Amino acid sequence: MTEHAHTAPVIIIGGGLHGSSTALHLARAGVHALVLEKNYIARHASGVNAGGVRTLSRHLAEVPLSLASREIWLKIRDWVDDDCGFDQNGQMRVAEDEADVATLRTRLQTMHEHGYTHEEWIDADEVRAIVPAITPSIQGGLIVRADGSADPYRTTRAFRFKAQSLGARVIEGIQVLHLQRSAGQWQVQTDQGLFTAPILVNCAGAWADKIAAQMGEPVPLDPVGPMMLVTTAMPHFLDPVVLGTGRPLSFKQRANGTVLIGGGRLAYVDRERDWSELDFRQLAQGARTVCDLFPHMKQSVISRGWAGIEAQMPDGIPVIGPSSTEQDLYHAFGFSAHGFQMGPIVGKITSDLITTGQTALPITPFSIARFQTGAPSLTQEHFHG
Amino acid sequence: MIATTHCELLVVGAGPAGLAAATTAAQHGVATILLDEQAAPGGQIYRAMTSTPILDRKILGEDYWHGESLLEPFKQSGAQYLPGATVWAVAQMTVADATQGFEVGYSVGGEARMLHAKQIVLATGAQERPFPIPGWTLPGVMTAGAAQVLLKSSGLVPGKGTILAGCGPLLYLIAWQYLNAGIKVDALLDTTPPGRLGKALRHAWGFLTSPYLVKGLKLLREVKAQVRIVKGVTALEALPGDAQKGHAQERNAQNNQALQSVRFTAGGRTETLAATQLLLHQGVIPNINLAQAVGVEQQWNELLLCWEPKVDSWGGTNVPGVSIAGDGGGIAGAWAAEHRGRLSALQVAHQLGKLTAAQRDAASAAPRAAFMRAVQGREFFDTLYQAPEQFRLPTGDTIVCRCEEITAAQVRETVSLGCPGPNQMKSFLRCGMGPCQGRFCSVTVTELIAQERNVTPQEVGHYRLRFPTKPLTLGELAALPQTDDSKKAVIRLKKPV
Amino acid sequence: MFNRLPEAQQALALAPVVVTINGETVRCRAGDSVAAALLAAGLNECRDTAVKDLPRGPFCLMGICYDCLVMIDDQPNQQGCMIPVRSGMKIERQQGAREVQA
Repeated sequence: MTEHAHTAPVIIIGGGLHGSSTALHLARAGVHALVLEKNYIARHASGVNAGGVRTLSRHLAEVPLSLASREIWLKIRDWVDDDCGFDQNGQMRVAEDEADVATLRTRLQTMHEHGYTHEEWIDADEVRAIVPAITPSIQGGLIVRADGSADPYRTTRAFRFKAQSLGARVIEGIQVLHLQRSAGQWQVQTDQGLFTAPILVNCAGAWADKIAAQMGEPVPLDPVGPMMLVTTAMPHFLDPVVLGTGRPLSFKQRANGTVLIGGGRLAYVDRERDWSELDFRQLAQGARTVCDLFPHMKQSVISRGWAGIEAQMPDGIPVIGPSSTEQDLYHAFGFSAHGFQMGPIVGKITSDLITTGQTALPITPFSIARFQTGAPSLTQEHFHG
Repeated sequence: MIATTHCELLVVGAGPAGLAAATTAAQHGVATILLDEQAAPGGQIYRAMTSTPILDRKILGEDYWHGESLLEPFKQSGAQYLPGATVWAVAQMTVADATQGFEVGYSVGGEARMLHAKQIVLATGAQERPFPIPGWTLPGVMTAGAAQVLLKSSGLVPGKGTILAGCGPLLYLIAWQYLNAGIKVDALLDTTPPGRLGKALRHAWGFLTSPYLVKGLKLLREVKAQVRIVKGVTALEALPGDAQKGHAQERNAQNNQALQSVRFTAGGRTETLAATQLLLHQGVIPNINLAQAVGVEQQWNELLLCWEPKVDSWGGTNVPGVSIAGDGGGIAGAWAAEHRGRLSALQVAHQLGKLTAAQRDAASAAPRAAFMRAVQGREFFDTLYQAPEQFRLPTGDTIVCRCEEITAAQVRETVSLGCPGPNQMKSFLRCGMGPCQGRFCSVTVTELIAQERNVTPQEVGHYRLRFPTKPLTLGELAALPQTDDSKKAVIRLKKPV
Repeated sequence: MFNRLPEAQQALALAPVVVTINGETVRCRAGDSVAAALLAAGLNECRDTAVKDLPRGPFCLMGICYDCLVMIDDQPNQQGCMIPVRSGMKIERQQGAREVQA
């Protein structure tokens, strides 16, 4: 085991996808960051999410970032030497009734008004042609054919190992206890000693608010546990990922035949103990949604359930960008159960901010300053992820 | 609308520990439900005691029929019995009123229901230890426990070409039961390492004064006289051949492979025997899934080489309101199980205010003394019959995760690819992600990782298990009631019959 | 192959439960699990695995290995060892992931 040098040009707190992605992009720029992870890489939300790689249904502010991230996804093997299990079978948000149709049509109009054409309306016939197993009463949907899904654990690992191969360092099982700035250096006190770096990145996921609070810029972060169920392997019946509109659903069949059922219903979580307890009555509601949309799923066998621990922000969009109170501190957290697809680009944004002081992508809506009293409230168009 | 049932104590598992726990609790005024997934009481050790077609009691033996003594007191106790019920979740924090105990999700006949309990005693017992040898997934290879179930429940005995293999008293017991029924197995391949007896004899005093001794020796003698026993087996493989003919339908499967022979090495000589049935056994381990999913801490038992829940002398755990009785809390055998059930129940009765501490202590004196007698000699057994390393730590193409068909080589290689623990291993390889939820691979994976990394199993840890602990269909889940204002049926003690 | 002891055979003869296994008529004893009925009928395999398409049969007979999965009355993923036979039951081999969807 090599000695861990206790200094680095950048320290990244949190070894999920965003921390690993930041480490990768910095390493590509010749900056060898040190990632400090309290459990193991991808232990929490990054390793257990639905793996949705979608530009569909993004919050308006996220759309440009998401479209840029997709460019990385399309060549992911070139970036991280692994295809990450990325399947490009499309993502579709379906309308069960007229109210849903109206919601989706309004959404499409908003996209067009802002010059975005990646989302496409398809009628009931086409939905049924693409997804023959769906209930015949489906009314239509929005689709992005170039979207898809990937394996979250594998993806995060790939970013981590590629970053390490380019000189980044990772320490797992290390807990950050206290942060202090002195003489232009960040003093990171951990349970394995003191580490120092001139630049600090907060990718601490559901625990990131603790760091923000220490920096005098508290944020109203809510640790949540979006629940997932997975079935035993079934014969192939579904290509795209299917999302709900009026009621929450995320529904996907993996290459191995297992079916992942999500949608954002919440478990009980205790972030101090890394503990979650599934809420079965809530899961039952999700099960009803699935059985209504895909009647043959009644017979499917649920073999496992789980909930990661994720950071939910009240406006549903993450915190990205420089600290509002401290020099040389950057945030990338609060992805509110839809951060996976953005992992590749957010790491680049943070890396660019660190190495060049700027980013080409519009990150003002994600500023941590928006939570401070007196900050102007931005017009939001929020869609359930 | 499905009613939500309320009780003071839910006992899960109707083996000796569960039967005794439910009986004792109800006798002390605790409104108790005994829930079990089998159709009849007895758990595994006393499986089918109320329904077995084997009426000649000499075949199964008196230890089996001892189970009957638990039935009448249970029926008279007033506890409710819910058979054919499989628990798949236990909730505490997501319950409508979190101060009131637990909400338990279970299914009967494919229909999901919820019940509410202030306290839970888990008496889910033991399972066969995995026995990963080459070919252990072939049709025709089963556990010795499975063969016992067939005998007890259906009066079925294996035909020609049956081999018993492994270590531990159960192998000899089943050979003996078969002899009583007029069946002689082809061979009993004993993997107990030579020299192990010497190691075990250090604990012999406990054994010599234990009730196991006389019964054990007599049984051993009878089996040795009639069955070919091969001692000191160091290598064992189940080899495939063509699928057996019979009622086979036209199949499209490319690989028609079932058990055809068993190859073993003992005393430096290798031999192959034709076989249609290979019955494997190398001890039992606690069934920890439900306990672990509800948050009970586990520890690695270095003698028994398995994970077991941490319990106090009443079976209490780190989760308030959850206690464990019987082999599910650490292997101690059937005789000990019923006494542990009584002790857990007395503590529950005390915690629910039915008994003062003094009353509890007075009532527990006899079961505790009986428990101490029942575990006398176990250390001797446990040392003698510890599963040998080569049969716990497979290599190469030997399957480790039966459900997902993952091999030992894959697991070992994945450690060096940066998966130092079972949960990373699970995420990367899918081992442990199948319907058995790690029951047949958890201890193997923990020990393989420990060996590859040269650290202790305790340090490696175990799979992080979550509910549902038994699979259920999406349709079953979908039919759960939405809210808690479904009719509440309050369980009261039944009047004695 | 598993055979009945005389007592069990008598019980079967008195009140057999008639099922079909892969299309063939089989008489079982009331109280047999589906897995026991399969084994008594001389079948030690009941399904093909989803990943490698290999045959499997009942292994633990106590409901925890999930190797005894069969089709019962056109319902897949039924644990044979946990379900008692019923008159007229249709028991069929489960074909792993190649199962044809209705």
